Amino acid sequence: MPIESKDVVWVEEPTIGFWEASFLPAIVAGLKTTISHVTNYKSVTQQYPEEQPELPLHYRGLHRLNKDDQGRVKCVACFMCSTACPAHCIDIVAQDTPAEWSDRDKMPNTFVIDELRCIYCGMCEEACPCDAIELTHIYDHTGLTRDDMRFDKEKLLDVFEKTKNDPKDPVRTHRGRLGVASDFIELPTLAPATSVANNDRAAQAVTAGVIKR
Amino acid sequence: MIELITTLITIGAVLGGTLGTCSYLIYVERKLSAFMQDRVGPNRVGPYGLFQPLADGLKFLLKEDIIPDHVNKVMFLIAPTISVFTTLLAFSVVPFGDVNTSFKWQDLPIISSFVPESWQTADVLRFLVAPNVDIGIVFIFAITSLAVYGIILGGWASNNKYSALGSLRASAQVVSYEIPLGMSVLGIALMAGTLNLESVMGKQTSSIFAWNIWYQPLACLIFFTAALAESNRMPFDLPECEQELVGGYHTEYSALKFALFFLGEYTHVVTVSFLTVILFFGGWHLPFIAEANLDANSTSILMILVKLGVLMLKVFLVIVFIMLLRWTIPRFRFDQLMGLAWKVMIPLSMANVVVVMTIKQFGISQWWLLPISLALFGAAGAIGVATKQAELNQRSVTTH
Repeated sequence: MPIESKDVVWVEEPTIGFWEASFLPAIVAGLKTTISHVTNYKSVTQQYPEEQPELPLHYRGLHRLNKDDQGRVKCVACFMCSTACPAHCIDIVAQDTPAEWSDRDKMPNTFVIDELRCIYCGMCEEACPCDAIELTHIYDHTGLTRDDMRFDKEKLLDVFEKTKNDPKDPVRTHRGRLGVASDFIELPTLAPATSVANNDRAAQAVTAGVIKR
Repeated sequence: MIELITTLITIGAVLGGTLGTCSYLIYVERKLSAFMQDRVGPNRVGPYGLFQPLADGLKFLLKEDIIPDHVNKVMFLIAPTISVFTTLLAFSVVPFGDVNTSFKWQDLPIISSFVPESWQTADVLRFLVAPNVDIGIVFIFAITSLAVYGIILGGWASNNKYSALGSLRASAQVVSYEIPLGMSVLGIALMAGTLNLESVMGKQTSSIFAWNIWYQPLACLIFFTAALAESNRMPFDLPECEQELVGGYHTEYSALKFALFFLGEYTHVVTVSFLTVILFFGGWHLPFIAEANLDANSTSILMILVKLGVLMLKVFLVIVFIMLLRWTIPRFRFDQLMGLAWKVMIPLSMANVVVVMTIKQFGISQWWLLPISLALFGAAGAIGVATKQAELNQRSVTTH
């Protein structure tokens, strides 16, 4: 179908006047801008080691392994977290609990998270049925070797001791409030993805993620 | 003998002063550009980052000095030295104070008792390395345009397409802008009747209305623009524009050789700022503060220092203005750059020279130069608008 000439809009280059042709007003206006930034100087830089960042409540940092009210590790070695982990960074070896522990059968013998492989997605936290593993606000954990960054059970329990009184890292329980995300019964509906594999259930879901109590 | 010692001391002072100033100019530029962009700038080394230039210099000295395998080694080594050598050499005829005054050995309080009797009335320090060079302005232009050899050799010897393109651009740019640069100063030389920078400066120190800016505003604009282009500063930094040419002619350079290129560029900026102040803004003269006719104490050390300070302040303001321009005006396209030189600035500066010659020949008042300069500027703007309009009309005729 040919384009009708009446449908064509001809755009003209804007004409320039005398002052624009001399460049001077543009230069003066530009100088005004740059000088105003010098005179009304207001830095937007955060001086990191002196100023710590204000992290959002849902920040996902270093993991911790929670303890229950008797000081025992809460984990029941169900492997849900290591199954959910997309980076395969959680390594658990289970063992039977001592006979006097009436409330559970298993506990972790070793529980190692490779913090270098971890992508801090928080899937382990969501997968955990007993709120034993949680992500804290610690973001500056470093190590001199790769082994330093493999956090075993003792180190993860230490993280819990360090952070349990921090108001930003509340210890969640099934009985109490789980966290901000747990208050949502249903997240806003998203349109389903347009082209997905037939067997991809996650992509076909109408809601991004539903957390029901 | 004493003459030699004076010269050596002066050279030492100029060299040390220029190099120290250059390193701190980099600090000033980094801070200033940071402020303009709402950043902080260097603030880690020492109070307010004041030791940053020292750290930078140390880093340049201690870094591994890489000479790539594929370069022409001799040329590669010569290029940065030419860059620095020429810009520093040009500084030798630039007066940096009132040249009619000088420190004498007898003025120095403690040291004077240690020097021989015959030295007492001799100069410790002149405010000029090479006095009485009658071709001063021409000398500076001749020497500073040699700096382009450093750029061309560096780009050629690097055996790298980006370096070669950068140096090609540099040669075209410097050769083109050399012409308006020289032509714009010709009017000043005609009015002063000399090319000697000391005399040109001395003639402007009687009052604020003796400053050349009142008679040659157009020449000042052309000179400043062309000088910016000569020193490869923004908005004329096409030889080294990062977005297109990686680093331009100094892509392959590292460590101290890169620092030499950098030093050459900054020394050039300093020289250009000195020239702007000396040629157009009255040198060390400032009404009520640094006047020539305060004869009674004009030779006292305080007065000498005040004049020196006034000149340095003016130069510093020009340098700050150059730095402001860097973040204000976007870079020219290369055809615009050439068009500005050949179609605008060369005809304008030529017309300006003709006007000055006419006025000198017929003995008309110099004050006529001010309105005529502005009229020339207006005429250039009008012609620019008219040509653009004609081009647009032509285009709309052909498209419809």
